Amino acid sequence: MIAIQNISKQFGRLKVLDNVSVNCQKGECIALIGPNGCGKTTLIKSILGMVVADSGDILFDNVSIKNEFEYRGKIGYMPQIGRYPENMRIGQIIEMIKNIRSYHNQLDEELLHAYQLESLFSKKMHTLSGGTTQKVSATIAFLFNPQVLILDEPTAGLDPLASEVLKEKIIKEKEKGKLIIITSHLLSELDELVTQIIFMQDGKIRFHKNTAVLKEETGTPTIAKAITQLLKANAL
Amino acid sequence: MIRLIRFVVLDIVKNKTTLGYAILLSVFSWSIFGLEDNATKGVLTLLNIMLLIVPLASIIFSTIYIYNSAEFIDLMVSQPLKRKKIWISLFAGLSISQSLSFLLAAGIPLLLFAPLKIAISMMVVGCVLSIIFIAIAFLASALTRDKSKGIGLSILLWLYFALLFDGLVLFLLFQFAEYPIENAMIGVTMLSPIDMSRILILLQLDVSALLGYTGAIFSNFFGTGLGMAISALVLCLWVIVPFYISLSIFNKKDL
Repeated sequence: MIAIQNISKQFGRLKVLDNVSVNCQKGECIALIGPNGCGKTTLIKSILGMVVADSGDILFDNVSIKNEFEYRGKIGYMPQIGRYPENMRIGQIIEMIKNIRSYHNQLDEELLHAYQLESLFSKKMHTLSGGTTQKVSATIAFLFNPQVLILDEPTAGLDPLASEVLKEKIIKEKEKGKLIIITSHLLSELDELVTQIIFMQDGKIRFHKNTAVLKEETGTPTIAKAITQLLKANAL
Repeated sequence: MIRLIRFVVLDIVKNKTTLGYAILLSVFSWSIFGLEDNATKGVLTLLNIMLLIVPLASIIFSTIYIYNSAEFIDLMVSQPLKRKKIWISLFAGLSISQSLSFLLAAGIPLLLFAPLKIAISMMVVGCVLSIIFIAIAFLASALTRDKSKGIGLSILLWLYFALLFDGLVLFLLFQFAEYPIENAMIGVTMLSPIDMSRILILLQLDVSALLGYTGAIFSNFFGTGLGMAISALVLCLWVIVPFYISLSIFNKKDL
């Protein structure tokens, strides 16, 4: 569904992405992990066209995303830190995005109800706490039934209850056969969610493996342990 | 796109700075025409004030507005929208609202007190000047990522066009006073939209005699249909060129 072919990106002298290639298929739930500054967010932003790669290409449904924009209608994106126009109210933002997307099918308002955002509709964005902003981001990402969900640190800043709601929603969407890409540092959370792991370091992909295979290879019951074992053994 | 433009216009209209700008401008225009009984003198005074305030307000307000819309741009870029459309909508929204506030503030007294022909040319020139300096503001903010640098650059550009350019022209005039440079002066004038606007209005006011021999050359040139067409074209270029450069920068920018 998404094929990333040899993309590289440099910010000044810093090489953030170094010849990265990944293939993502429908129905997969992929965890993108790695130390801070390894290029996870840049990779995600290049899929969304927010960062333009220096070289290489990204194909969405076998079509290059260069100078394309319509494919973004099939993606729900939840940014790491949601930045919204400060003077707008929650309701206005959701209304505006609905307007721009001109989406005519049934909206997926499950999270909107679960987070009880309707009661906060008249609140201005700059008065919101980090967690509430994340809830708004999550709601917008899931609202249009996208085929691909890209979630950048989705549970960071959410309270345990809200993050549980989000996790259940992710599992539900995964079962519908959507492609889900998550970045996270909380490895323990990923266990029940993901089917594949991509480990990045210094702008390169160290490995891209099925979680079952990974656990078997390391002989550990959880992803967190498997990764720590791999890191300790320096097998990367 | 129209939805986006409408959104930007509504957002700016709600902004108190725009309201302040409109009030300031209308206070100036009403009081000038209230104090001057000679309409031509009034237009001249208003022209001088307009040529300073309109570019300044347009360039500074637009630069700040673009930087403050960073979040909005971020959000829009991740939606299925062309980047071009986002940038053009911002530009159109700013141009519409700045022109509207100029027309409301200065246009009404002009129509009431000044001769119709001059009032209309003042209104057109004021709107075009606003749009030109908005385009320059877009260029300045596309060039710099840092907000304070961007605003600094805008102020410098305004200073250059409003004050420094005149100084340079005077310097050139004195240096080459012995040579027949009148025709070259027309070319030099086109390098500054503010000077062009000033001359276009002055020629309409029949005070071009004050400009001396150069004034005669100017009125020979700008008075003809061809001269008017060329100056309209140059003013359009002043909008298109900076905006087009900023658009191609924004298209490749990492957000």
